[in-house]
Order: sequence, then structure tokens, then C-alpha cells
Amino acid sequence: MIHYARIISCYTADTSGVCSALYELGGMVVVHDASGCNSTYATHDEPRWYTMDSMIYISGLTEIDAVMGNDEKFISDVCASAKKLKPKFIAICGSPMPAMTGTDFDALADIIGQRSGIKTFAMHTNGMKSYLVGASQAFEMLARNFCEKTGRKKSKPVVNILGATPLDLSRQEIVDSVREWLSENGFENGCCMAMGSTLEDFAQAGDADCNLVVSSSGLEAARVLRERFGTPLVTGLPFGKEYGIILADDIMRAVQNGEDILSCAEREHGAECDIAVVGESIYAGSTARAVSMQTGRAARVIHTLDTDSSLVAQCDKKLADEDKLEAEFANFKLILADPLFKPIIAEHTKLFALPHEAFSGRCFRKSIPDLVNKKIELEF
Amino acid sequence: MLKKAGGEISAPVGVRIAQADFPRPFEGGLEYSPPARGDWNIVHMGLLIPQSHQIYFCAQGCLRGVVQTTAEMDAMDRLSWAYLCDEDYADGSMEYNIIDSVAEVIKRMKQRPPCILVFLSCMHLFAGVDFDMIIDELEGRFAGIDFVKCYMTPTMRFSGLAPVPTMYRQMFVPLRNVEKDTKSVNIIGYNWAFEQSCELVRMIKNAGFTLRELPCCSSYDEYLQMARSAYNITVIPEAVSAGEELEQRLGQKQLYLPVSWSFDKIKDNYNKLCGELGIQLPDLSPLEDKARQALADTAKLLDGRPVAVDFVASHKPLELCRLLLENGFNVTRVFIDVISGEDKQAFDFIKENYPDVELFPTADSSMRFFASDEKTENEYLAIGQKAAYFCCTDYFVDMVGAKGLYGFDGIIKLASQIAGAAQDRKDRKTVIQHKGMGCHSCL
Repeated sequence: MIHYARIISCYTADTSGVCSALYELGGMVVVHDASGCNSTYATHDEPRWYTMDSMIYISGLTEIDAVMGNDEKFISDVCASAKKLKPKFIAICGSPMPAMTGTDFDALADIIGQRSGIKTFAMHTNGMKSYLVGASQAFEMLARNFCEKTGRKKSKPVVNILGATPLDLSRQEIVDSVREWLSENGFENGCCMAMGSTLEDFAQAGDADCNLVVSSSGLEAARVLRERFGTPLVTGLPFGKEYGIILADDIMRAVQNGEDILSCAEREHGAECDIAVVGESIYAGSTARAVSMQTGRAARVIHTLDTDSSLVAQCDKKLADEDKLEAEFANFKLILADPLFKPIIAEHTKLFALPHEAFSGRCFRKSIPDLVNKKIELEF
Repeated sequence: MLKKAGGEISAPVGVRIAQADFPRPFEGGLEYSPPARGDWNIVHMGLLIPQSHQIYFCAQGCLRGVVQTTAEMDAMDRLSWAYLCDEDYADGSMEYNIIDSVAEVIKRMKQRPPCILVFLSCMHLFAGVDFDMIIDELEGRFAGIDFVKCYMTPTMRFSGLAPVPTMYRQMFVPLRNVEKDTKSVNIIGYNWAFEQSCELVRMIKNAGFTLRELPCCSSYDEYLQMARSAYNITVIPEAVSAGEELEQRLGQKQLYLPVSWSFDKIKDNYNKLCGELGIQLPDLSPLEDKARQALADTAKLLDGRPVAVDFVASHKPLELCRLLLENGFNVTRVFIDVISGEDKQAFDFIKENYPDVELFPTADSSMRFFASDEKTENEYLAIGQKAAYFCCTDYFVDMVGAKGLYGFDGIIKLASQIAGAAQDRKDRKTVIQHKGMGCHSCL
């Protein structure tokens, strides 16, 4: 199967998703890959790298160790660093070469956990899937292993945020805007998985009355928390003024009725649709709802990443390859997308720049908008 | 100071040079990547070939770095890619997937480039892909385009020729065997053009030779003209294999005149150059005196301020440290993971004469916390981005690979840059995160 691109960018991979999801939690993440590969994540995918210490490392895999199956080097190196640095947990990730040689990461995690005395988790990444897959695994692991219920008293409904990483939301300020919006709408903020909260904060995650899932990477964790604690989930980001009100209502409804609400995907459009939003399902779906409610015009989502079918509205399309995207883009008058899609957007179509860190890295980081509870300034 | 997310250093990570082993002063292990990005990668290097296009074939995770490097250079029109999926590497279709992808990419181009660098990854080599067959097939289908085998194979970095020397070697593969001009010289395997004030450049040009450098070429035809030169000068060890390949294939004599921070070795280089080119060695003593004076003046200005140097700043960083130490600078820290054979002499000298100089690794896992544990800011004068980062100083010489500084002129300019750095603060966070020193960046 050929997946090629002449000129557009590519999304970052599953290993970056794991690192991004676990960055702030005091754990050690080790990607079993060659020397130098960690600079890609640290340079392009991680805005916190310069300002916040975290234990994200690479094993420095070599051909000879891969060929000879020298897993002992990996195990002893991880244990040696863990002994020095005392992480709260360890997560180990696979990359393309270990995938080819069939490295057993579950076994490695067991051995490292026993030898180091630190909880160790295998992340089944291979560098060939999208960041959402990796982040989803990491969040699911957190939900299964670090989230608890205390039964504490609450004066207001508590809402956790799930699926927050800089790869989708870029800056902490955007997460803070969501938290502020929750407060303004009468909710108490629970933990945020995983920007701005500590691992210890997750010990109360089960007390929440609703989990707000802000990217598709948080969906599996939300399902685990429903299974463990019965917490309902709502998917969406409170973009735009009008959709912010609807989403707050959806959360309240979920709290009261205990039902899951896939809010960002509750979109319909008629025959006329000349606006498209491109990207990750929940971010793009929320943007599309916000645009539609603000303008009264239908907006369709083009999902460019693997996504859960529950997040895809009937009017949407799932496309990833450049030539197919180029053909589809030509059908719209306005496209809201990352600027690195611009070369395949026809001249007659306007681009509203919606930079996405997982696609364009740090290229447009400074101009990533905070759309939370604000009017989106569109031009037609 | 940096915000911490767990972790702490429980043991000192540095070592006095007196106790350091050659060539590896530190144990290996998990690796950290400090946020200093000025070094070049294979994308930056390949883009030096004017009008060339690069196509990468690899897993999504590997692709990300090269694509983003290119995007930051606003050069996405010069890079294409195809990624490997789980099912691709075991079904025997790799060769034709690559060929078909290149064909599709070319079909979508408005204008065909004269040269396409085809990069394969560790996975392809591990799976035994037939790269020669791929290139033959592409050359058969697309006459007029030079296809070049290139490699993005970090897992194979200790298996045969390392990635950077391999890249330099492959970058000159399109040069064809043409009639030689005995009065022309190339400098190859170096990322920046030499300063016109450099005595190496002046000696060559004053003797009536044409000097060709890849960073100065503005068209593919101009690049191909490099095949006419009778000599290839290489100045770093990573370029030597390129020089050897061209000597063997095109008969261009290689002159290895390594970057040096030793007055004697600089003179040795010029003796060798003049002997080979048959030109008179000029009197270099005034320039040497000027270099010594520049160092003395700058050392006086620093007045004992501690100096830190990192291994990315220049080839032979310990030779650079020796030069500074012998000329009145207070070098106390060197950030270096492995000491090269060319730096052994300087290592031994410093070990014996300045035993308290401390060596620190840059990639050791503990180094993640070195900068945030640094008690002072701006105490050090740093040479190199990593040294600036680890020592938390805004007073630094922003230098990678010596960046065009060579010979006595290079020492004079370095002294001037140190003096400038000691007086003017830089925006450390912004400067050191710029990828590929000297390359355009959209950041």
C-alpha cells in the first residue's frame, strides 16, 4: 500500500504520542530506538522541552543489538537510569526496528519492573502509527493503573479533562481556558489528563461526574473510567461562543442522566456545504460545530487521522492521502486547516489557518489560536 | 529555572580530565537530547545541491524529523515522502512500492528536478532491499534525472561508514568524469562557504586557481562543474570518504587539510597545500602574530571568567580548549561524549597540564537535570550551543562545526566572536533552538 505525499507534511507518530501524554507525570519514558531519534520529538513535538524537565529518553539501539537480540542492554540501561533518577513509573515504547525483530515489550516491562522495583508498562508502539494511537495507549494505561475514587464530598459536579496533549492543544493556556470555561459554567475542575495535573491528582479521577474528552486520544481512557467508575463521557472542545453553551449543556445532561454524549459529532448538513474543517476528529468536529452555529452555514469534517467511528458524523469524510485530499479540498470555498496543507488547496478556496502541532510542529506555534469560548473570526 | 516533572540527580555526572578515559570518558546508557539544534542533519546537507529534490521512505516516526526540518526551512517544495506501514515490510513489495511512489511524486511535479536524492531507512536495509535495482529502474524510466542513493539509517551508525560521511560521499555521486582543469580546486564535505578573508582561500585564488565550494553553487550545472576541479580539499574527517571516492572515480586528488586550532598544524596544512598546488608559501608570520595578539586581548577582556566549550562547536574541541588554555583563557568545562582520535594529543596535553578541567557528557540521562540544577545564570562564557544551554548562559559564541572559521583567520575571528559574546547577551532559548545553523528558518 503506497502512502506518499509530494509536498504536504506528515503527522507525528505513536511514540511521540506516548511521550507527550506522559511528559508531566514524573515517569520515565524510554523509546527503544536509535540514537538521535529522540531529537525529532524533543525539537518538533514538544513545546515543554526547554522549560520543563521530564525523563524522556532513547535507548540508542544499534544494528548489532537488534540483530543479536541483545535485550539485556536495554533492560540494564533502563534500570541503571531508573536507579539514578527515581521515576514514579516507567513506560517503554517500541519503534520500527524492534517491530521488525519482534521484540517482546511485555516481557521487557515485566523484567524491568521486577529488577527496578518500579511499575513498568509496555506501550505497543512501532513508529508506524499516528500519535493518537500512542497517546491513547498511554492515557488508557493511566486510567487503568493510576486513577482511583475517594468518594469525597462535592459541592458542584466535577469534570475531568481527558486527552489533552500539546500535539493537539499546543499550549497550557488553551487547557486553562477550557478549565476556566468549565468553572464559569458551574462545574468543578477535576484532573486534566495530562496537562497541568500531577500523577497524584489522578487518584481522585474516579470522583468526577463527567469526563470531557478533548481529543480522540482520550476516548479509550474515558471508556475505561466509565467501566471502572461509571463516569459518563462527553466529547468536544468549547470552541466559539454558541457551541460553548451547547457543550456545557451536554455535560450537564451527561452528569444528570449518566449518558455518554458524542457532542462534537452531532452535526448535520444539507446539500449545500462549502466549508470544511481538517484534522483530528474532536478538535475539527468541535470547530465545525462552532463555525456552523456561528455562521448558520454547514461545515463538514475531513478526518485526516485514524479515528473512532463514533466521532465521524454522517456528512464527514475520512481521507489521508495527498492526491485524494487535494481533489476533495477543491469542493469547498473555505477550509479550516493547518497551513502546511496550503499547497494542495486550490486558488479559489480560502484557507483559515488552524495550525496543528502534530502536523506542522513548531512552525506556526506562535499563531495557534485559542478558540475556547470565543467568536471565530472567519472571512469568506 | 526549569520546571521539574520528577527525577533528580543522585550522583555527579562530570569527571576531572585527570581521571577521564580515552576515548569514552562516560558509560553509555539511555540518551537525552538537549535542546540545542544548530547542528546540521541530512536534509540540510542534501539541500545544498541546487535544484535537487529529496524523497524519503521510512516509518512515520522517522519521517517526522526530516519533514519538519524541511518545513521550517520553507522548503517543502523540495521534499516528498512515502511512509511504511506494518504490512509493507514483509510482503516483498518494498522495491516496487518505492519505484511507484517516486513515479507518482514525479507525476505530481510541475517541473522535473535534475536530481533526486532517494533516502531509504534502517527498515529497508534490514529487510535487504535491492537499492541498486531501484535506482536502475528509476534511471530507466526517467532519463535526465540523476537519482542518488541516500540513507537515513541511524540504527546502522556503527555498521560500516557512519551516516554523515555516507551522506557527504553520496552528495557527489552525480559528478561525472570530465576533463580536468588543473588550475581549479574544490572544497568538499563542509556545510558552509569559507570566509573570503581566510588565508586558505586567498592563497588558492591569488595563485590563479578557481575555487569551487558547494554552498556557493547556485545551479545544478554549477554544481556539476565541480567535477572539473583537479583537487578536492577536505577539512573534516567525515568528508574524507567523499574525497577518497572522488579520487578513485574521477581522479581528483584529495588534500586533507583538517580544521585545526594548533598554530603548528595550521602551518603544516599550508605547507602541504602549497606543495601540492606548486605555489609559493606566503609569509604567514604576521597573521600568526595577529592571531596570538587577538587571543591575548580577548583573554584579558575575559579576566579569568570561566569558559565552557562543547563538542558540536568545532571539530577537535579539545584542541580548541588547549589553544584557549595556553593563551590565558580559564576553560573549566568541556561538554563531550566521545573524544576523537584527532583530539587525542590535546586530550593528553590538557590531562597533564590542566587536570582540573571537567568533562561532562551531553547525552547521559542525568544531563536532563543539569541545567535546572545549575545554581548560577550567565556566569560562564560558552562556546557552542550545548555549553550555553547546560551552563545557563546568554553569553555565548553561537558556533557549530567551526562554521567557516579556518586557519589563523579563523582564530582571529573566533577571538573577536568571544569578545563580542562576552559583552552582548543573546536570546539563548531562541537562538539555540534554530535548526541547522546558517539555514533559513521560519521560526
